[in-house]
Amino acid sequence: MNLSLTDEQQLIAETASDFLTEKSPIARFRALRDSGDEVGYSKALWKEMAELGWAGIPFDEKNGGADMGMAELITVLEAAGACLAPEPFISSILLGGQALSLAGSDEQKKTWLDPMIEGSTCLALAAQETGSRYNLAHVSTQAERDGDTYKITGEKIQVIDGHAADHIVVSVRTSGGESDEAGISLFVVAADAAGLTRTRQHRVDHRSAALLQLDGVSVDASARLGEEGAGLEILRQVTDLATVGLCAEMLGGMNQAFQSALGHLKEREQFGVKIGTFQALKHRAARVFMDIELCRSSVMAAARALDEGDDNAAQLVSLAKATCSDAYVHAANESVQFFGGVGVTDEYDVGFYMKRARVCELTFGDAAFHRDRWASLRNY
Amino acid sequence: MNMEGLPMADIETFRQETRSWLEANAPESLRDYGTANLDSYTWGGRNAKFATPDHKVWMDVMAEKQWTAPTWPVEYGGGGLDKQEAKVLAEEIGRLGLPAAVDGFGFTMIGPVLLQFGNEEQKKTHLRRICRGEIRWCQGYSEPGAGSDLASVQTKAVREGEEFVINGQKVWTSYADHSDWIFALVRSNPDVKNQEGITFILIDMATPGVSVSPIPLISGKSPFCETHFEDVRVPVGNVIHKIDAGWTVAKALLGHERTMIAQVFGGGGGNKQGRGTLVEMASKYLGEEDGKLADPIFRHDVAQSEMDAAKFRYAAQRMNDQARAGHQPGAESSMFKVLGTENNMRRSELEVRLAGPQGLGWEGPGFEPEELDRTRAWLRTRGNSIEGGTTEIQLNILAKHVLGLPD
Repeated sequence: MNLSLTDEQQLIAETASDFLTEKSPIARFRALRDSGDEVGYSKALWKEMAELGWAGIPFDEKNGGADMGMAELITVLEAAGACLAPEPFISSILLGGQALSLAGSDEQKKTWLDPMIEGSTCLALAAQETGSRYNLAHVSTQAERDGDTYKITGEKIQVIDGHAADHIVVSVRTSGGESDEAGISLFVVAADAAGLTRTRQHRVDHRSAALLQLDGVSVDASARLGEEGAGLEILRQVTDLATVGLCAEMLGGMNQAFQSALGHLKEREQFGVKIGTFQALKHRAARVFMDIELCRSSVMAAARALDEGDDNAAQLVSLAKATCSDAYVHAANESVQFFGGVGVTDEYDVGFYMKRARVCELTFGDAAFHRDRWASLRNY
Repeated sequence: MNMEGLPMADIETFRQETRSWLEANAPESLRDYGTANLDSYTWGGRNAKFATPDHKVWMDVMAEKQWTAPTWPVEYGGGGLDKQEAKVLAEEIGRLGLPAAVDGFGFTMIGPVLLQFGNEEQKKTHLRRICRGEIRWCQGYSEPGAGSDLASVQTKAVREGEEFVINGQKVWTSYADHSDWIFALVRSNPDVKNQEGITFILIDMATPGVSVSPIPLISGKSPFCETHFEDVRVPVGNVIHKIDAGWTVAKALLGHERTMIAQVFGGGGGNKQGRGTLVEMASKYLGEEDGKLADPIFRHDVAQSEMDAAKFRYAAQRMNDQARAGHQPGAESSMFKVLGTENNMRRSELEVRLAGPQGLGWEGPGFEPEELDRTRAWLRTRGNSIEGGTTEIQLNILAKHVLGLPD
C-alpha cells in the first residue's frame, strides 16, 4: 500500500476540483435549496460529470467504466464534498452501482449499470427500515415468489436520493425472520413500478431521501441480483465501499469548512487585533488540522485496502468512518464557533457543513458503531 | 529501476550479503531479543555498561563494520548506505530480532546536527567517536528560567582569548549522570534580542567545574539531572556553526528531537488480524462474555486506543510515502510529537485503569512485576507532553507555520 498520490490520481483530483469549483460553487447548492427544486440536484450536471468518466471510475471497461478503483474515486468525492455538490455520487455509483457490479449478471449490468455510467440514469439502494438503524440484516420487507415473479410488500425509509432515482435496488426477505442473516435477497425495482409509492423526505442537510411504500410490487426473477437469500454479503460489501466514498466526501467537507473558518480567523478583528492571534483559538485550530490529517491517511488507507482485497479492509473501513465521523462534526462545530454569531446565520455557508457533517456521521454507522465493529472484527 | 534509482538486482544482492554477515557476526544470545526495556539498552560511552557481555560484542562488531550509523558518510565512521540500503539493513536486523547495537542522543540528535552544521574537524572527531560507541551525549537546553521559552537561556559564556568561560545551570538533562559530553545553548551576548545572542557549544563533562545531580521524578526514577557549570573553560573551537548564531542550530536539533520522540511513541496497537497485547491484558482483568470483553465501556476504550495507534501509523506512513515521492515534510514533526505522546499517555492510563486495584502498587508484595512496571510507566508518561517541547508549544508551531495564523 502506498499512501501518496500517483500522477494519474493527482490529475483526476485536480480535474475534479477545477470542474466542481467552476460548475458547482456552494451558491448553486444554496439556490437549489431556495428554489425548492423538485430534484434537489442537477441531472444535466450529473450527465456532464458522467461524460468526464466519474460515474464509471470503479467499473469494468466493458460496462463503459474506467477499470480503476476507490483510490481514484475518493479524489473526486473529496472535491465534491468540499463544495457540497448534491449529485448522487454515493447512491448511484457506490450503492446502486456497486450492488449491480458485484452481484449482477452481464445482462443485468447492461440493462441497469451501463446507463448510469453514461449519466442517463440514477440509482439508489433501499436497505433501511424503521428500527433497522445500522443493521443491514434487519429486513422485514417480504418478497413472495410465484413462478418467475416475486411480489414485494413492505416499507423502506431514508433511501438516499431515492426520490429521483430511476432504478432502486431493494433488500427484501425471501425467507427467515426479521434479523436473520440468511434469507435476504436484492431486487432491482423501477421507480415507476406498479404498487410502488415514493415520498420525498427532506433531511436536515437540505438533501433528500425517499420513503418507499411497496404494495405487492411485482418483479421478475430476472431482476434479482445474485442468489436468492444471499444478499447480505453483497449489502455488506457495497456498504463498505459506500462508507469509504462517504468518508472521502466528509474529508473534503471538513477541510473546506475549516479553511473558510481559518480565513475568518485571519481577517476578523476584535480588541484591535486579528482574532487569529488568540492562543485559545490557535490551539483549537491546530487540533482541527491534526484531525483532518489523520482522516486523510485513514481514508486513503481504507480505499487502497478495498482495492487490493486486503484481509484487514473491513477494519480499515471502520477506522476511516469512526475517524471521519468524529472529525467532521468536530471541525464543523469548531468552524461555526470560530465564525462567531454569523456562523449560526443562514447567510453564511458554514452552517451547511455543520448540517452535512451530522448527516454523514449518522449514515452507515457513527463512530461508536465502528469502534464496536472494529472490536468485533478483531475478536474481542 | 525503483524509486531511489538502484536496480532491484543490486538491492537484492545487498540484502543477501547483509543477511549472511549478520548470521555470521550477530551473537546467538541476542537473536529474538525482542523489544527490550530501556534498562538493557546499550548506550556506549566512557563508562559503558552492557546488559550482557554479548551486548558489547555486538556493539563492537557493528562499529567495526561501520553500521551503527548506517547512512552517515564513511569518512565519519558511518556506513555510507543510501536510504533503501539502510531500510534493508534495518529489516534484516529486525528479522533476527536483534537489539540496537548502540543508541543514544549522539545518533538521534547531535549527530544529524553535526552533519548539517559542523566543520570538517568537528565531524571527524565527534561523529567517529559516536559511531564507535565511545562517547555518550546529553542535551543542555532547558534552564530553571527557560523551559518552553527556550530562547531565554541565561547560562553565561564569556570569551577569554581562545576559550569561553561558562557559568550557569541546566535542568532536565537526560542521563547527564551517565554522559561524557553535553551539547548546550549558552548566552554569549546579553545585549541583543534573546534569540540572537545564543551560542551552541560542545562541552566535555570531564572539564573541571561541571557537576551533575539527578532529579527524582514522581515515578521514583531519575532519568533527568540538573547540570551545573562553574567557571568551566571550553575551547572556542567547540562552537558549532557561528558564535551568537546558535538558535539556528537549536531549532534544527529540536526538529530531530520531535521526530525521535514521535518515532519512540509511534508503535503499539497492531493492525494484524486478531488480538493485540492491550486486548490480552483487558481480557485478563475483565474477563469475556460471548467472545467479547465483559465490560462494554472498557471494550470501547481499548478499541479507541488501538484505532488511535493505527491512525498515527497511517499518518506516519503517508508522510514517508510522500517524502519518497519528493514532497518535503515541514512542521509535521510537531503534529507527530503531539499525537504520539498523547496516544502513549492515554494508553498508559487505560492500562492502569484496566488493572483496577492491581494497578495501585508502588512496590513490594501482592503485585506482579509487570503491574508495578505499568504503574511506574504511567507516572513516567506524564512527562511526555512536556519534554521535548510541550504540547502547547507544538500547537503554536502548527498554528504559525502550517496554518499561517498571525502572531
